Amino acid sequence: MVLQKIITWARVKSPWIIHVNTGGCNGCDIEVVDVLTPRYDVERLGILIQGSPRHADVLMVTGPATQQMKDRLKLLHEQTPDPKFVVAIGACACSGGIFRHSYIPCLGIDTVIPVDVYIPGCPPKPEAIIYGVAQLLAKLQGKDSPVITPKKIALKDIKQSIEEDLAK
Amino acid sequence: MVDKKKIKVGSPQTGCSSCMPNTFEIPLGPQHPALKEPTHFLLEVEGEIIVNATPRIGYVHRGIEKLAETKTYSANLTLVERVCGICSHIHSISLANAAEGALALEGFEVPMRAQYIRTIVAELERIHSHILWLGVAAHEIGFDTLFMLSWRDRELTMDLLEDISGNRVNYAMNEIGGSRRDMNQSQIDRMLKYMDITIERMERYKDICLNENTIRMRTQEVGILLPQKARELCAVGPTARASGVAIDVRYDDPYSAYGEFRDIFNVVTYDSNDVFSLVVVRIIETIEACIYIKWMLKNIPDGPIFKKAPRKVPEAQILSRTEAPRGELIHYLWSNNTNKPYRLKITTPTLSNINTVSEMMKGDYLADSTITLASIDPCFSCEDRMITVVNNDRRKAKVETWSESQLRKYSNDWHTANKRWKK
Repeated sequence: MVLQKIITWARVKSPWIIHVNTGGCNGCDIEVVDVLTPRYDVERLGILIQGSPRHADVLMVTGPATQQMKDRLKLLHEQTPDPKFVVAIGACACSGGIFRHSYIPCLGIDTVIPVDVYIPGCPPKPEAIIYGVAQLLAKLQGKDSPVITPKKIALKDIKQSIEEDLAK
Repeated sequence: MVDKKKIKVGSPQTGCSSCMPNTFEIPLGPQHPALKEPTHFLLEVEGEIIVNATPRIGYVHRGIEKLAETKTYSANLTLVERVCGICSHIHSISLANAAEGALALEGFEVPMRAQYIRTIVAELERIHSHILWLGVAAHEIGFDTLFMLSWRDRELTMDLLEDISGNRVNYAMNEIGGSRRDMNQSQIDRMLKYMDITIERMERYKDICLNENTIRMRTQEVGILLPQKARELCAVGPTARASGVAIDVRYDDPYSAYGEFRDIFNVVTYDSNDVFSLVVVRIIETIEACIYIKWMLKNIPDGPIFKKAPRKVPEAQILSRTEAPRGELIHYLWSNNTNKPYRLKITTPTLSNINTVSEMMKGDYLADSTITLASIDPCFSCEDRMITVVNNDRRKAKVETWSESQLRKYSNDWHTANKRWKK
């Protein structure tokens, strides 16, 4: 029981992710890379992007799972060690989006692998992606609400902070 | 450093894997840490040196061209923006230009202010795309500091785009007959201010790239593409300009508002023909784009931003050329006097440039393959369509060509099986 607690603690503190593109338009992918860079910087939450599925806990999947990528996505999901979690990023990954009525069945990734968290949007903003990951972390801890509670900030403060940044 | 001229490349003996037992194959992709998008390269190596590279595309085929035939023109503007997430705006400009070109046969004209707004957003998109590329290239050569710094500076441009259009990636600024959103004075002032900051930062990156050994040692004499080869392989955009081939649709065949400042326009070329040359060309192009934006913001005319266009587009076949951040983009539109296109064919810059990668990789070390691949700024989501690349020497792949009757039978069968598909 104590061991289980320690494992959960470690998992919540450092979720390592792998980014899989299953035929998306690049829009969600640059937003995923964007959350790793200085403005949003998710490394402060312990999130680190990994090259190999063997090292990853969380699969971040974008794109509508095209005919060619379906089998490869399944393989990647099998290669990830248990327990694994899947986050679907963008309208395409959630449901197929604008490509749903194409002659190629692009119906979203939940037709291929089980999904834990859906982040809608075309593409979702970096803030939304961070919020989605926070939801996932809450799920790991067995809570309903996310770990990070969003705060309301006045627009003036944001403008001021941007101008301070520029002055530097 | 091995002298490249001493390695025989592309001769009939080395091209064939069956008669060269000392070469072996290394697959790269579709899921690979160096690639953000799914594509596959089969590298044939002799020791550490690449002797052949075969691209295999098609992982991102989503049937956009067929889907475009089922939607109206303004819905299609939304669809073609999703061809690629980085150069989304230029695709919608291209389709809008094609449709407006057909409407111009009946005397339809787009207001000039709308053309300026389109061009400003297109240039902003070029800035964010080039800075993004600089970061990715720095990441590939292991220079993560530059990756982080350049992506921080890219956020300024993303803020401007969000300010103008409300979106960060797919801007939805275009409509057939003009622009959807206007720009007010405070936005223009903010843009001028941010452009100055961007120019200052890019000048610094230019200094870093020209003088810093970290970049020079990894990029100089890597991925060589000679001007003659670039012409033969139909390279476009920065890939061609880095080989000294001065082609730019913005200058050669001006569209939107590019004709207005043709006298201050510079076609940026550099003549070292390697990856270093591509870095320099892209950085200088970013600075140039800032200068064009400042010129346009100072000279933007007053007037309406939108003119209502008729829904039906008269019968015509239009070829619309535009310069995307990666090179020449072609939209071929066949309209048939209805509100939906009869045929839309998209040819994207990466499709033209993908063959140059195989050429650039030959004779290089395996470790340089990722930066060579990243150097053309590949955008596979733009590029994937139904073409077959067959290298007869080394792959015994079966390629079947369907006759017209077979195609018709397949199509009829498919439509009876999928009756709910709306056409």
